[in-house]
Amino acid sequence: MTKSMNPVSALAGLAMFFLLWQVTAWLIHTAILPGPLTVLPVFFRAFAGELGLHFLASAGRVLAAVLLAVVTAVPLGLILGQAPRLDRVFAPLIAILYPIPKIVFLPVIYVLLGITDVSKVLLIALIIFFQILVVVRDEAAGLHPELILSVRSLGAGRRALFRYVYLPAALPAVLTALRVSVGTAIAVLFITEQSLTRHGLGYYIVVETYQVLLYPEMYAGILAMSLLGLAIYFVLFRFEVRLTRHVRLAAG
Amino acid sequence: MTATAAMIEVVRLTFAYGGRPALFEDFTLTVGQGEAWAVIGPSGCGKSTLLFLLAGLRRPQSGEIRIFGEPLRRPRPRTGLILQDHGLLPWATLRENARLGARIRNFYGPDGRHAPQEGVDRATALARVDGWLERLGILEYADQYPSQLSRGQRQRAAIARTLSLDPDLLLMDEPFSALDAPTRTDLLEVIGRVGPAAGLTRVLVTHDIEEAVLFGQKILVLGRGVNREAMVLGGRPAEGQAEQDAEARAALRERLLSLLETKP
Repeated sequence: MTKSMNPVSALAGLAMFFLLWQVTAWLIHTAILPGPLTVLPVFFRAFAGELGLHFLASAGRVLAAVLLAVVTAVPLGLILGQAPRLDRVFAPLIAILYPIPKIVFLPVIYVLLGITDVSKVLLIALIIFFQILVVVRDEAAGLHPELILSVRSLGAGRRALFRYVYLPAALPAVLTALRVSVGTAIAVLFITEQSLTRHGLGYYIVVETYQVLLYPEMYAGILAMSLLGLAIYFVLFRFEVRLTRHVRLAAG
Repeated sequence: MTATAAMIEVVRLTFAYGGRPALFEDFTLTVGQGEAWAVIGPSGCGKSTLLFLLAGLRRPQSGEIRIFGEPLRRPRPRTGLILQDHGLLPWATLRENARLGARIRNFYGPDGRHAPQEGVDRATALARVDGWLERLGILEYADQYPSQLSRGQRQRAAIARTLSLDPDLLLMDEPFSALDAPTRTDLLEVIGRVGPAAGLTRVLVTHDIEEAVLFGQKILVLGRGVNREAMVLGGRPAEGQAEQDAEARAALRERLLSLLETKP
């Protein structure tokens, strides 16, 4: 995923996707799989109304979770990366917690925090938190001691080091980690929104459309959720590309 | 050599890395203002450590280092440090890198701790950076990233970054050892030239005898194992005095060579 996606290739990909979908719909010819020619008009109509609100609810939850995860995991990762002794203490714990699929904590979080938006956001944040924590820690630990020394010799104390060295060093890794984990985050969002809420795309897809057999609307919901994932992915990707110019220029 | 005012006084310094034998014990040394010193010795003798101590980046276990009579407790704003490599931010262009010192000073303001009390306004500081990039012949690469440039060009950027902060003490840790010979001679000459006019004190750590002879008005020879007494040789004469002849230089080279071989 480094040299892909100019506007032309994005359009080509989209066209191929819709074409494949439409052909499959024609071939199977069933009410359960309407083609894009049926779904897209429904999508645009619904998106201007109720579906749009559900989209905003879901987007709000993901963004809140991303924000929460970033503001907690980045400082912690930087501290662990720069304090090898502290890192040695916590590394085993992180190694154990990291691979646990965080969705299993769903009931725990509901019991502890109640069935609120906060608990949904927290669960998603938890997934992203560990991804970011680990890459930021490794990035900070990998900085050359010589680099730190020479920046300190320019007068930098802790705050300036954070601002001019650690933060810019960790940022591309944070974006990569976000980009990779945002798919899982949205999958978990989908699960948490299927019940115990009246807002969000998960609710719209499962309760409002699937369970009452409104298939074109259901596909409109699925499109909206895909759009959410894609939008976040590409925004992150754009930032990443801008921040890693020096890497690509070095490669040639 | 004319007597100069003492700038650095190392007084009864003792230093060891945790759990390892001491590198310096009761070590005393005085460096005059405006002098050019070369520090030479085998690897592991503590020459880089001495430099980091002078930079205020490491603290002695006992004894102290005074600069202009002030005990050194943290990096001084007017001490410049140039390392062998890896000193530039890889994600920033050459110009951004060279401006880093100015930006850090701006970040803190003239607080006397991170930046000198007599502040320089931003425009002047930035102009000074470009001036140094030009003097060092790398202005045309200012918008490129370190990874796109040669080692020599990167080292020039590091030098520009440091000199644009107008240091009164320049500490260099084998800054030229990763460079090819012509670049090395070139940069050595640049560093040699900036000193005298500005009264800049320079300390160059090197393992290269030739470099030490060419650069050092005084040459400090360190040995492996604990250094108790400063062994100092007179090198080239101070600026403005007659150059030493080839014979004197050859004798000095011989002397250093035998010292480095026999030093424990």
